[in-house]
Amino acid sequence: MKLEEIVLKEKKDYNDLFSNKNAVLIGSATCGNSAGAQIAQKIIKEELEKAEYDCDIVDVGCIGLCYVEPIITVLKPDQPAVFYGNVTKKVARQIVNSHIIKGEPLQEYALGTYGEGRIDGINSLFEEKSMKLQERRILRNCGLIDPTNIGHYLAKGGYSGFMRALAMNSAEIISEMKKAGVRGRGGAGFPTWMKWQFCIDSNQETNYLICNADEGDPGAFMNRSLLESDPHSVLEGILIAAKTIHAEKAYIYCRAEYPLALERLEIAIAQMEENGLLGENIQGSGFNLEIIIKEGAGAFVCGEETALMASIEGERGTPRTRPPFPTTEGLFGKPTVINNVETMASAALILQKGAETYSDVGTKESKGTKTFSLVGQVKNTGLIEVPLGTTLKEVIFDIGGGIVDDGNFKAVQIGGPSGGCVPLHHIDTPIDYSSLIGVGAMMGSGGLVVMDEKTCMVEVARYFLEFIQRESCGKCVPCRLGTKQMLDVLTDITEGKGTEEDLEILPNLAQGIKQGSLCALGQSSPNPVLTTTRFFMNEYESHIKNRICPAKECKEFIQFAIDPQLCDGCMVCLKSCPVGAVSGSKDEVHEIDLDKCIKCGTCMDLCKKKKNAVEVVNAL
Amino acid sequence: MQELNKILSRYAGDKSDLIPLLQDVQSKYGYIGEEHMEEISNFTKVPQSEIYGVATFYTQFRFTPKGKKHIAVCTGTACHVTGAQHVIEGVERHLSIKEGETTPDGEYSLESVGCLGCCALAPAAMVNDEIKSKLSLRSLKKLFR
Ligand SMILES: Cc1cc2nc3c(=O)[nH]c(=O)nc-3n(C[C@H](O)[C@H](O)[C@H](O)COP(=O)(O)O)c2cc1C
Ligand code: SF4
Ligand code: SF4
Ligand code: FES
Repeated sequence: MKLEEIVLKEKKDYNDLFSNKNAVLIGSATCGNSAGAQIAQKIIKEELEKAEYDCDIVDVGCIGLCYVEPIITVLKPDQPAVFYGNVTKKVARQIVNSHIIKGEPLQEYALGTYGEGRIDGINSLFEEKSMKLQERRILRNCGLIDPTNIGHYLAKGGYSGFMRALAMNSAEIISEMKKAGVRGRGGAGFPTWMKWQFCIDSNQETNYLICNADEGDPGAFMNRSLLESDPHSVLEGILIAAKTIHAEKAYIYCRAEYPLALERLEIAIAQMEENGLLGENIQGSGFNLEIIIKEGAGAFVCGEETALMASIEGERGTPRTRPPFPTTEGLFGKPTVINNVETMASAALILQKGAETYSDVGTKESKGTKTFSLVGQVKNTGLIEVPLGTTLKEVIFDIGGGIVDDGNFKAVQIGGPSGGCVPLHHIDTPIDYSSLIGVGAMMGSGGLVVMDEKTCMVEVARYFLEFIQRESCGKCVPCRLGTKQMLDVLTDITEGKGTEEDLEILPNLAQGIKQGSLCALGQSSPNPVLTTTRFFMNEYESHIKNRICPAKECKEFIQFAIDPQLCDGCMVCLKSCPVGAVSGSKDEVHEIDLDKCIKCGTCMDLCKKKKNAVEVVNAL
Repeated sequence: MQELNKILSRYAGDKSDLIPLLQDVQSKYGYIGEEHMEEISNFTKVPQSEIYGVATFYTQFRFTPKGKKHIAVCTGTACHVTGAQHVIEGVERHLSIKEGETTPDGEYSLESVGCLGCCALAPAAMVNDEIKSKLSLRSLKKLFR
């Protein structure tokens, strides 16, 4: 069958599923599975079998509302689809018996509807506040298609971008990418078209393409989610890029910590081969491509392009000096383009929908949308996509729903270890490449870690330095030893051994490391210290001068105590204390032995919901 | 060794096969032993010392066996700010081992890892192949079931 015919058939089947069938979609990306999606699926299967009711069960990816996972979607003929969240075993049973079998939707568990038509008492999902501000383009298929079924992707217009690119020459494709204004989504924001052009200009026989799916940035999972939910959108971008730069071999470097993404990529690649979208003479065009998956082996620095190439070549993943840039001398010495997962998906989108549609949102210098993983102390954690230029405030408060437990916002860490912590008074900063740099942060790959008052900013800086120090490849002395020294200074401060001198040592070290390091890991490693000292100097000074940790997080500065006025002697803390530090008998006020207490906070955690009698106080 | 030869036979023996080869050996045996090293070296013609040099660079590779249940606690940023440290300490207390160790009976091993990509449901840990999320001191039991 020709691809056009396959597409027609798949469109019909997909529309049929959404308008004429009884079906359940199960959000079964890594996040959904960890929240219990597989358990919900098992229950649904059992209940359907018991009732002998005919209903399809389809695994889909993640729609991004991770905080209410597991999520399932019920499809009935002639009704809009209904998304349900927090689907426990009990809820799953109810949904089957009420909605699926009797056709009676359950308002109380519904997140919203999707598609044409209305259901009383349930709003449309995409009209909810947290969805309305979003512009789901890269994520358009996530949670709505079966990632292991190429037919679904084709039905949604997939591979039409590649078919269009097949009829264009490299200059035309590059011009389309330039018009779209897309910048690399892996961190630095380098214009994608320019990178592709450089590679062509190097004029060699063999070129390579690498899709960087290492996503080592802790707190970021956009790439994982996309690969698990819509792998073909990334693979289509790889086809387009490879065709443009005349590469016949493309590598996907994906971290081993993402087993489900790796599995779904393998399935998708096999489906491409079956449908004549990979291999020799693709779609009769004379273009050949092989895609090879390389599993990462757990080294953050391997996200850096030159280290990544060394790793593919079977070496230790250490960066090398640039120039020569990979586009002139890359993998196995040949010109190589390295692009991020989301950049690849953007290329597919641009060729599918056209440069103009792609760039009709965003700012003058930052076009299109960007996906973010919104995590930390924010209510609605998950995966979002917004037009560039949306403010941090809109993202955290309107989309994210504000701070958990109605706490107060302190900072948002953006750009991972290379980025910075943006404080409350910069919350109106628009998210675009230059504005973020203006407040000492950077776009990075898209991790947004929200922190509330209970987070100590010195401890956050120490945490990042510990991460970087561990992940430094060790090639440059300033990076290897300088970050260790910075870490020691920060550890001292959080342990109550800080001196005022430390505050002078830190900027000096920062200078040296920035100037003396070879790759961006070392060069950006002082950033967490630079932004936290810039915006939260009072916290540093408080640790050093007053021996107080304002967030009451650093163990050295705090102790736990039971308020005798509130304690009713319920024994909960006593029973749960792992070291037996709590004493007291039933119905009498309890006490904590400070010499035994290891400050783990279990007692406070457990008492919070009851009497809230355990409190953290300053130790001095 | 027959199993090992089967793994080796899937490769051409190029230097760029080294890391995938080590990964396959580790996923078969749970670790990379001295006897495996020797065979891999003969096969790829890369000296053992150099293979060690490469293997030790990557945190994925281990040279001692894991426990039957391997607990890998995420220490990424999202997990860190939501209490990963408490989780690690809790597991250490429960098993009486330190991070990086295996219980003497070989039942459990504990290690910390970089982000598992489950940050929205932090703190998270991987137990063998399964991710457990939203861990708290109260729900630590989830890890030992
Ligand atoms: C230490 C370090 C880690 C990096 N990790 C990643 C990563 O995990 N994923 C990624 O796409 N880019 C990462 N980068 C950036 C890449 O080196 C490279 O710039 C990017 O993949 C280019 O793709 P783009 O042009 O599509 O943004 C990292 C850079 C450094 C210095
Ligand atoms: S800056 Fe650090 S990570 Fe980068 S090459 Fe130097 S030592 Fe390695
Ligand atoms: S903080 Fe932990 S160790 Fe201290 S009393 Fe409470 S439960 Fe026990
Ligand atoms: S930070 Fe722990 S899963 Fe990402």
